[in-house]
Amino acid sequence: MSDKLKEQILRSSGSNVLKCMRCGKCSATCPSYDEMEYHPHQFVYMVEKGDIEKLMSSDSLYKCLTCFACVDRCPRGVEPAKVVEAVRLAAVRRQGNNHLVPTDIPGMLDDDLPQQAIVTAFRKYTK
Amino acid sequence: MQRIGVFVCHCGTNIAATVDVKAVAEALGHEPGVVISREYQYMCSESGQNLVKDAIREHNLTGVVICSCSPRMHENTFRKAAAAAGLNPYLVEIANIREQCSWIHKDIASATEKAVILGKAAVAKVHLNAPLIAGESPVVKRALVIGGGIAGIQTALDIAEAGFDVDIVEKQPTIGGKMAQIDKTFPTLDCAACILTPKMVEASQNEKIHIYSFSEVTDVKGFVGNFTVTIKRKARYVDETKCTGCGLCTEKCPMKKVPNEFNMGLDNRTAIYIPFAQAVPKVATIDPNYCMMMKTGKCGVCSKVCSVGAIDYKQEDKFIEEKYGAIVVATGFNPINLDKYDEFAYNQCADVVTSLELERLMNAAGPNGGTLLRPSDKTHPHTIVFVQCVGSRCDDEKGKPYCSKICCMYTAKHAMLIREKYPDTEVYVFYIDVRTPGKNFDEFYRRAVEQYNVHYIKGMVGKVTPKSDGKIDVQASDLIANEQLHINADMVVLAAAIEPDKTARPLATMLTTQMDTNDFFTEAHPKLRPVESATAGIFLSGACQGPKDIPETVAQGSAAAAKAIGLLCKNSITCNPCVAHSNELMCNGCSACEKVCPYGAITYQDKEFRMPDRTTAIRRVASVNPAVCQGCGACTVACPSGAMDLNGFSNSQIMAEVDAICK
Amino acid sequence: MQVNENTNFEPVIVAFCCNWCSYAGADLSGTNRLNYPTNVKIIRVPCSCRVNPMFILRAFQRGADGVILCGCHPGDCHYTSGNYFTRRRITLLYSMLDFLGIERDRTRLEWVSAAEGAKFAATMQEFTDAVRKLGPNRRLEDLRCRKQ
Repeated sequence: MSDKLKEQILRSSGSNVLKCMRCGKCSATCPSYDEMEYHPHQFVYMVEKGDIEKLMSSDSLYKCLTCFACVDRCPRGVEPAKVVEAVRLAAVRRQGNNHLVPTDIPGMLDDDLPQQAIVTAFRKYTK
Repeated sequence: MQRIGVFVCHCGTNIAATVDVKAVAEALGHEPGVVISREYQYMCSESGQNLVKDAIREHNLTGVVICSCSPRMHENTFRKAAAAAGLNPYLVEIANIREQCSWIHKDIASATEKAVILGKAAVAKVHLNAPLIAGESPVVKRALVIGGGIAGIQTALDIAEAGFDVDIVEKQPTIGGKMAQIDKTFPTLDCAACILTPKMVEASQNEKIHIYSFSEVTDVKGFVGNFTVTIKRKARYVDETKCTGCGLCTEKCPMKKVPNEFNMGLDNRTAIYIPFAQAVPKVATIDPNYCMMMKTGKCGVCSKVCSVGAIDYKQEDKFIEEKYGAIVVATGFNPINLDKYDEFAYNQCADVVTSLELERLMNAAGPNGGTLLRPSDKTHPHTIVFVQCVGSRCDDEKGKPYCSKICCMYTAKHAMLIREKYPDTEVYVFYIDVRTPGKNFDEFYRRAVEQYNVHYIKGMVGKVTPKSDGKIDVQASDLIANEQLHINADMVVLAAAIEPDKTARPLATMLTTQMDTNDFFTEAHPKLRPVESATAGIFLSGACQGPKDIPETVAQGSAAAAKAIGLLCKNSITCNPCVAHSNELMCNGCSACEKVCPYGAITYQDKEFRMPDRTTAIRRVASVNPAVCQGCGACTVACPSGAMDLNGFSNSQIMAEVDAICK
Repeated sequence: MQVNENTNFEPVIVAFCCNWCSYAGADLSGTNRLNYPTNVKIIRVPCSCRVNPMFILRAFQRGADGVILCGCHPGDCHYTSGNYFTRRRITLLYSMLDFLGIERDRTRLEWVSAAEGAKFAATMQEFTDAVRKLGPNRRLEDLRCRKQ
């Protein structure tokens, strides 16, 4: 399972994690470092190890700003942000087609939320 | 009638394990012209060679085929054996049944079949081999060393010691190179100038050594033993023979705002200058880009103060031509340009310096007289951050893919020297790996950590931000603690990657030597011929071949000298007889071969020929200079009439091989 | 039209290798024990530019099914410029082969350096597979030359 997931993440990221030389420059340059449980260099390393479940259930996925500072500065061209994005994508895909479950909606409702936004969200996240 | 002997080697089990050698010997024994076919365990051994020699004598062989390892390995061995038995060495052919058969195949039947075919091809070829006699060409007893750094100096001294004349060509006004700029050397911490300058003086005083400073090689012609080199002596506007190096002109020169390249631009020099006090030759040079006299025609102070009248504003570049038997390349290295590394703010902040700049800042002859001060405000730095691998081990176009090798050690040295001299300074070193493979190197690094309390942090600096209060914010990761750090630093030192000098690439083209993709010169064999280039007579010394520290550079410089001396000792060298030759009766004088020859070995001559009707006619025909021809064979294919052919790889020989393989 | 004998077809492949780069690369693939098909037989030449296009045609005439020519990478030629000549000559040869109706894929020019043993083995494997797929060379083979 994990192997298949790893392969999917490597393919969708287009990144070769084996090129990483573990310098940690991605994490050194990351602006949301302190917000993250797993840091960019850990994403690269854990994907390489196939230790992806932890990443998928971590909030760190959504703390990455996709600012691409790590992509710009990585001396080996590993492009950590693309790895993070690929893991994020894998997590989204796992939810299946229905990203919005009707029974969950009342809890998310906000009085200030315009009606149109709810309709749009339905269109966008359900099938 | 040809009498050919075939000898099949077992090479222990290297060949015999996958190729049925007995079957190969048996099959080849039936080939036309083969009179003896033998197999033996180790053909290259003394007794194996004797087997070949005895067979040559006993059967009066006219050709020998050895089925063994690659001809790159033992072709010479068997040629020598044949020569010892009285057979022309070029009547020996090797069928490569080890590297190209037994080692790559697993199935015995098909490998044996292939070995037989390879053997048949060699037999077919040897049928057409002609005895060749290698010519000789004389060796000019003089060597050229290109580059006057420590590598070039060491090479020149060693060659001169052996009694040969050596010329050093150095593009800067003085020899000494990078080592002259370095403050202390690792791992002994002795002063670089104290060990280098005596060698520079020794080179200048040795009567066998001639130094062409401020000069460049512009053209190289010829071949091993007989190179003709054009050297451009750039105008320094000072007569080298008259200048005494008193330095009065440099004191009086009014143009004092020229960035001093010897101090990495950290201070200024005058327009007429001597790079540093111990320069060799100690002769002034005028920088025409800054000299008032050269630019506006108004000044001339230096010529007025010069008591010997050495100043000559009208001096022009001179070209001289010299002949050499051997050339040693010692063009060295430079730190890479860091302009593309925005994240380290090298261009934005004066207090972010490279390691070579730090050498000058700490040097007693440097801009601060040996006191470490921040370049921006001349105050003592209290927190210094070192960043390793800036541009080294990079996979992108900004940096270099290789490890620069020297940075780990010189950073440990810098850190140690700073902690020793200024114990109140905190020193941080951000490293990816600390690479210390060398004698006493790891001990040295451990001393920096254990005795001098240098903070080594496994991680990389991601961002350097100069702040308004003059401090520098260094954002970095600490991978062991798994945290992101912010260090409030006073100075940042970048260990810039090193790259070969920019002049190396055009030089390699002139010398027809090979370079790798990083512009380092390629050695003839990575293990067994580390100081020779693949081009005969060209040797490699120092960092032009790859990153090196000083002891390695000196060792390689001496090794290159030994190789050059070995060449210069000979009165003449044996040429490769496998060169092109033209059949004058077939040549129609079209000049097609002359145009493709990369060596200019082909010339045209008018020759008198007897024609069929008993008249004579003058015809223009090609002739090849066998001493210049290297035997590439480009001309043989260009020749429309088939007059041009290559000894040892003739058209008929190659076609015979093709036929044998295809049948 | 399907040719039945294709199933057991073992192509004859002639490889010309320059002495300085590709031949050394072939040796290196041997030293590293990298396997490639026995169909490939190597002829050593001093430089790829020594290979007259005539040799390639001769090989086809004598029944070779594929010819591969290996030289140093552009810029790395031991003789400075030999492989540039080769490149031009092979380009011209291709147009002639097109004219004759010979499949282009039977002839290949490849740059293999002395350090690229793995590339050499992979190239030979791939080329052999490609030629095997093309089937035997019938158009250029001179049947009179065929051994009885």
